[in-house]
Amino acid sequence: MQNKITVEALNAWFGAKHVLKNINLCFQENRITAIIGPSGCGKSTFIRCLNRMHEVVPHAKISGTVLVDGRDIYENGTDPVDIRRCIGMVFQKPNPFPTMSIYDNVAAGLKLNGVKDKRILDKAVEESLKKAALWDEVKNDLNKSGVSLSGGQQQRLCIARALAVEPRIILFDEPCSALDPISTSKIEDLMIDLKEKYTLVIVTHNMQQAARVSDFTAFFLMGEMIEFGDTKQIFKNPKEKSTEDYITGRFG
Amino acid sequence: MRWNKRKLTDRIMSFLAASCVVIAVVPLLSILYTVTVNGLSSINIDFLTKLPRPVGEAGGGLGNAIEGTFIVVGIACIIGLPAGILSGVYLSEYGDNRFGRFVSFVADVLAGTPSIVAGIFGYAFIVLYFGSFSAIAGGVALSVLMVPIVTRTTEESLKLVPGSIREASLALGIPGWKTTLYIIISTARGGIITGALLSIARISGETAPLLFTSFGNMFWAGGIDKPVSTLPVQIYTYAITPFPDWHAKAWGGALVLIILILILNIGVRLFTKKKYGM
Repeated sequence: MQNKITVEALNAWFGAKHVLKNINLCFQENRITAIIGPSGCGKSTFIRCLNRMHEVVPHAKISGTVLVDGRDIYENGTDPVDIRRCIGMVFQKPNPFPTMSIYDNVAAGLKLNGVKDKRILDKAVEESLKKAALWDEVKNDLNKSGVSLSGGQQQRLCIARALAVEPRIILFDEPCSALDPISTSKIEDLMIDLKEKYTLVIVTHNMQQAARVSDFTAFFLMGEMIEFGDTKQIFKNPKEKSTEDYITGRFG
Repeated sequence: MRWNKRKLTDRIMSFLAASCVVIAVVPLLSILYTVTVNGLSSINIDFLTKLPRPVGEAGGGLGNAIEGTFIVVGIACIIGLPAGILSGVYLSEYGDNRFGRFVSFVADVLAGTPSIVAGIFGYAFIVLYFGSFSAIAGGVALSVLMVPIVTRTTEESLKLVPGSIREASLALGIPGWKTTLYIIISTARGGIITGALLSIARISGETAPLLFTSFGNMFWAGGIDKPVSTLPVQIYTYAITPFPDWHAKAWGGALVLIILILILNIGVRLFTKKKYGM
């Protein structure tokens, strides 16, 4: 199994605040890796470093290397726009573009990168919505507003939107924390389907979720990576005391 | 029903609030009523399409003033809307620095400038320079009033677009400038259009900036470098004469102006009733 992403000596700051301390971590291709840890431990910051979204925040700094297929995404001369095109992201709160229809939401990434051919767009929209398990629910309402959907449907719309630009890696930043249990289980099933074709990284507060969907788990605490391993091993025999305390609910 | 202190307070406060509404609405209705009653009799096809006649002659109208208002407001829009909207985009997207705060401050000061000062600006920079009153000078003076309104409303509506929308777009690999142009501005377009229409409604009724810029005449517009008649100035000119005939025309002009502005405001309503109900 190949390492899709290799993170070496990654440090990140917000102004003078050191939020990620010397992180070394590998993500395997076609696997789901979960990142767990209490609020404020740097999980979200960490995955935002993987597609160069961290630097969008004012005063944010970063050092270290992130190799994707062996190439450093922080290399001089690399355009963050190209990086973000191959590494999709799904956010905590569903955030469809409010003034766009369902169709336009999914097509937005392609349209704004110059794809004009209606047939290509139609095909991409249908395929992405199918992959996101939303097609059957919306195929007759493609011209309706994206925000007219329920929260869970909106989140799947956002997943379809991310899939439409054909990324190889998808980052999920607590994708279910604003959703009810039924929508959550739909998204979890979807993630398991998606790992056949994509490499997935998911940040979650929900430890059952990490245990259910992920192949590997990393535990973060106070900006450091405490433990990384096979999900079963992390949840059954954590090596570190603090990991055990966290997953048994003693803090966090 | 038994009266206790809580219910009594509730009644008194509701009554006070309702009285304030009446105080606010009565002058408005009274103006509309008076203008309609006095102006309606003067309005006919000739009034809207014919040139003014000398005092004492029956007939004639304010066709040239209506035409002139459209010309001057049109010029103001051509200058003011792009300048205002782009300044608003600058302030909201790139204005988080010393220069941006300075521009904000200037826009606020400009918004509070008496409109006659905008007229003096147009007079000093355009009328004196070209040596004659002109539609352009009027348009420039009105655009000075328009820019800060449009800048502020554009900035405010762009700032209402949640950061998560911007992040969603950037994370799709859409470049920053396209994100601003096609995602952020398109999300805020309802607010931007509303601001633009309200600013047009606001400047359409301005008299002071036009008195010594576009000035006025009694003929059809001869070009944008010539003086043109406008409704507000024409109303003013007629209203200060001693002739009852012209007073009636002034009322009619006022009614036409109010109707035009009302149409614009209804336009705002229709635009803000957005396609997707957000």
